[in-house]
Amino acid sequence: MDLITPGSGLIFWQLFGFLGLLFILIKFAWKPMLAALEERESSIENALKSAEQARNEMANLKADNEKLLQEARLERDTILKKAQEASVKMIEDAKNEASKVAAQQIENAKAVIETEKRAALTEVKNQVAILTLEVTEKLLRKTLSDEKAQKALVDEFVKDIKLN
Amino acid sequence: MTRKLLALSLLLSAFLLGFTSSTFAAESEEDKTSFIMHHVVDSHEWHFATFGHTHVTLPLPVIVYSGDRGLEFFMSSDFQNHETHAFGKEFAYEGYFIDDHDHLGRVDGGSFTELSITKNVVMMFIVIFIVGYVSLSAAAHYKKNGAVAPKGAAAIIEPIVIFVRDEIAHKSIGPKYKKYVPYLITLFLFIWFGNLLGLLPGAANMTGNIAVTLTLAVLTFIITNVSGNKDYWKHVFATPGVPIPMLLIIVPVEIIGLFTKPFALMVRLFVAITAGHIVILGFIALAFIFESMAIGLVSTVMVTFINIIELLVATIQAYVFTLFTAMYIGGAVAEHAHDDHH
Repeated sequence: MDLITPGSGLIFWQLFGFLGLLFILIKFAWKPMLAALEERESSIENALKSAEQARNEMANLKADNEKLLQEARLERDTILKKAQEASVKMIEDAKNEASKVAAQQIENAKAVIETEKRAALTEVKNQVAILTLEVTEKLLRKTLSDEKAQKALVDEFVKDIKLN
Repeated sequence: MTRKLLALSLLLSAFLLGFTSSTFAAESEEDKTSFIMHHVVDSHEWHFATFGHTHVTLPLPVIVYSGDRGLEFFMSSDFQNHETHAFGKEFAYEGYFIDDHDHLGRVDGGSFTELSITKNVVMMFIVIFIVGYVSLSAAAHYKKNGAVAPKGAAAIIEPIVIFVRDEIAHKSIGPKYKKYVPYLITLFLFIWFGNLLGLLPGAANMTGNIAVTLTLAVLTFIITNVSGNKDYWKHVFATPGVPIPMLLIIVPVEIIGLFTKPFALMVRLFVAITAGHIVILGFIALAFIFESMAIGLVSTVMVTFINIIELLVATIQAYVFTLFTAMYIGGAVAEHAHDDHH
């Protein structure tokens, strides 16, 4: 047969065979296959999209958490600060109170001491007076035991009276 | 990969050498190369090998339609000499004969149409069967498993389907590509499998036959022009931006252009595949012409090399045919902006 003359039989059978193949494959192969491919592609796309969404949500959640944590931290700091202030104040108050009480007590003690001191001084003065009297008595007794001494004393008294 | 390709090509070459061993006995140089043309063109019988005087052939049906005698069926072996298996005018049967150039003729010279199941028709049905089987098994995977990852036949077909859809149809046709994807996939698979199977030893040069490429080109021509929109036809018959006197020249050129596009498709595939076969067989023929072992060794190496290239050409030509078909369809369905100057 010839190289460049197309054979009528081959053209006929090819039209028959190729169009038959085309028809069968379109109906039973390419339509279901292209549909399945599209379905798969769209499902993959959806999956990717939802993954992206989940990631965004996760990021939001994380940001929210971070915010909450930040707030909690701030609140904690405030509370701590307040507590510290309160404690400082309490200590201050306690100190003031204590010093007041101490001052009061010291005051009281001083008063007591003063009273005691006075009492003691009075006692001492009395004792001294008594002792002086005793001593004077003894001295007088000793001095005035002889006649001469009694006379001298009387003279002296008399002298004094004259002056007066 | 390279190693596998090499092994495959070597195997093919070895087979080809085996099948052409009959030429050892040939006397003249013409006989030593006649097997090349014999292989490249279509035939009424499928000749596999010759061992001495034993011909291993598959006789094929010869179907003839004529106005006066109606539809008639014969076998190619009816027209042969039973001893030598040679065709010739002298071996006429029922008023028909096949001459020594493998042409069917009528003894009384009347007109007839031949619809024989030739070697290439059988080859074509084998290709159609394989393409159909592989594609349907691939489709069955999706039917059974739904839209999941491909496996088996689907793993082979799916990348091709996606490639044709995204890289060829979508890029060349534009937004209206979906309608044309099934045709383009079928076209690609038919040509690709045809090219690859044609490289097998003993196989027919189906996609390198002008009738086959003509039919495919005509289908492309019909689809392109049926899809043609207003802009497409306006471009042909009233090319925008061209003055009226110039249209006298432009319109015939555009009309010729409608036909040269599918003609180029037809010739490109036919030439690329046939030339590949001729080159391979030519290198093999060298061994018989020089009757030298050394040349045989060299030509085997060359044939291996050419076979590797042919595997590439088989794919490229299938791609190119499909791509150009898509581009022609794309040109026919494209919507031009109204102020678009050409």
